[in-house]
Amino acid sequence: MLKNIRAFFDDRQVIEVETPLLSHHATTDPHLDSLRSRFRDQPCYLNTSPEYAMKRLLASWRISIYQICKAFRDDELGSLHNPEFTLLEWYRLDYDCEQLMDELTVLIETLCARSARFLSLRGGKKIRFERLSYQQAFENFLGINPHRTTSAECYRFALSHGVEIPQGLGKDDVLDDWLDWLLTQRVLPAFQKEGFTFLYDYPASQCALAKIGRDTQGVAVARRFELFYGEIELANGFHELTDPAEQLQRFKLENKARKQRGKDFVCIDNHFIAALEAGLPECSGLALGLDRVLMVLLGVENIEQVLSFSWANA
Amino acid sequence: MATYSTNQFKNGLKIILDNDPCSITENNVVKPGKGQAFNKIKAKNLRTGRVLERTFKSTESVEAADVDEMNVEYLYSDGEYWHFMEPSSFEQYAADATAVGEAVKWIKGQEVCVMTLWDGSPLTITPPNFVELAVAQTDPGLKGDTAQGATKPATLETGTEVKVPLFIDEGDILKIDTRNGEYVSRA
Repeated sequence: MLKNIRAFFDDRQVIEVETPLLSHHATTDPHLDSLRSRFRDQPCYLNTSPEYAMKRLLASWRISIYQICKAFRDDELGSLHNPEFTLLEWYRLDYDCEQLMDELTVLIETLCARSARFLSLRGGKKIRFERLSYQQAFENFLGINPHRTTSAECYRFALSHGVEIPQGLGKDDVLDDWLDWLLTQRVLPAFQKEGFTFLYDYPASQCALAKIGRDTQGVAVARRFELFYGEIELANGFHELTDPAEQLQRFKLENKARKQRGKDFVCIDNHFIAALEAGLPECSGLALGLDRVLMVLLGVENIEQVLSFSWANA
Repeated sequence: MATYSTNQFKNGLKIILDNDPCSITENNVVKPGKGQAFNKIKAKNLRTGRVLERTFKSTESVEAADVDEMNVEYLYSDGEYWHFMEPSSFEQYAADATAVGEAVKWIKGQEVCVMTLWDGSPLTITPPNFVELAVAQTDPGLKGDTAQGATKPATLETGTEVKVPLFIDEGDILKIDTRNGEYVSRA
């Protein structure tokens, strides 16, 4: 698989790079926690993704790049999560989300074409890829417009449709927590089981490091997409935000959100902000979880089955 | 009150759910992309044995259950309580019929059972996997009836009825598997 991926990018003149796994800075993302280590009594952190470092390279080199590396996340362990996992991350200059989704489709098709399971499963039929906007998905499967709804409406929906309500999730909680929950309970299970689905144009509040745009109805949406096989999330892509002032503002808001959730304050990575100030070229980038891709190619259900040694034995 | 946060969840952790002590048997992180994480767990209610499924928003906390397990020897029953002793401290515990449950079918005295304690009181009693008990009553097997796998009922000295092969007589000591209540062999 790794060989096929490298050949794929070689053909397209995308350069392989390597960036540090260990950094002075942790991520500010309120939903992620960096694993912490020490160097000469100073704290340092294992990267949760190579995104900041790769964007710094993009700002200085201005060429399309890719990397295959390990990423680490605290408190993520389960049938789809291992605290240490392998990412393929790549950035394409002047691409928007649509072009990057096209390229990801070709890459997945290339990998599936070499998977014995897919060849026998599809019996030579073409693998199906669907594209749904976040709004279409919520409207189709829940009858809710995610850009207009409220936590109270989501709560009522859960009550009246027999969706389990997790302990700690109340009708006064932030809307995104509710959308995340309903997504996992009602949207993802409704996706085609033996095929790939792109979900794109996320609510602007879930923009992370993506640009905000306007959809056809003029609603502000995050130019962001994810790829799923059945309900397994495989990739997350952004039309990258290049505005340093807005990025800094988002980091500050994320730290505020961390505080509200009782998490540690994280120092903002000033190298990264400096790179944006120097000028990040227009680009789109995405991260693909290779352990999960391997799970899909082999048709196994637990990430442990594609790891040489699972966390329990690492 | 001790509590556990979702990031401390692991198999075997004892927590209180619906006012009963439960043991986590499965813990899975559900996380949509970059969003809010949830912990989906399965837990066995230690009192009823039923398996519950629950979901928590990550960073929630739940009450810890003070649950202990120890090996105890069965002493006797006074009709209302069954008395057990921890063999190294000689400390005695009285378990009621609810705690003893099915174990009552298999113990006559001196068996080493596993006792689960919740807040210091007996919650469940698990008998040894195999016990040896005498047959108190059974009808004689018919001579010449050698059909494979034929069985007849026999009442053990504890009053429990089990299915046994036709050649078993009254007074025989039998080895019984307490997990499924089946005859294993003559002891």
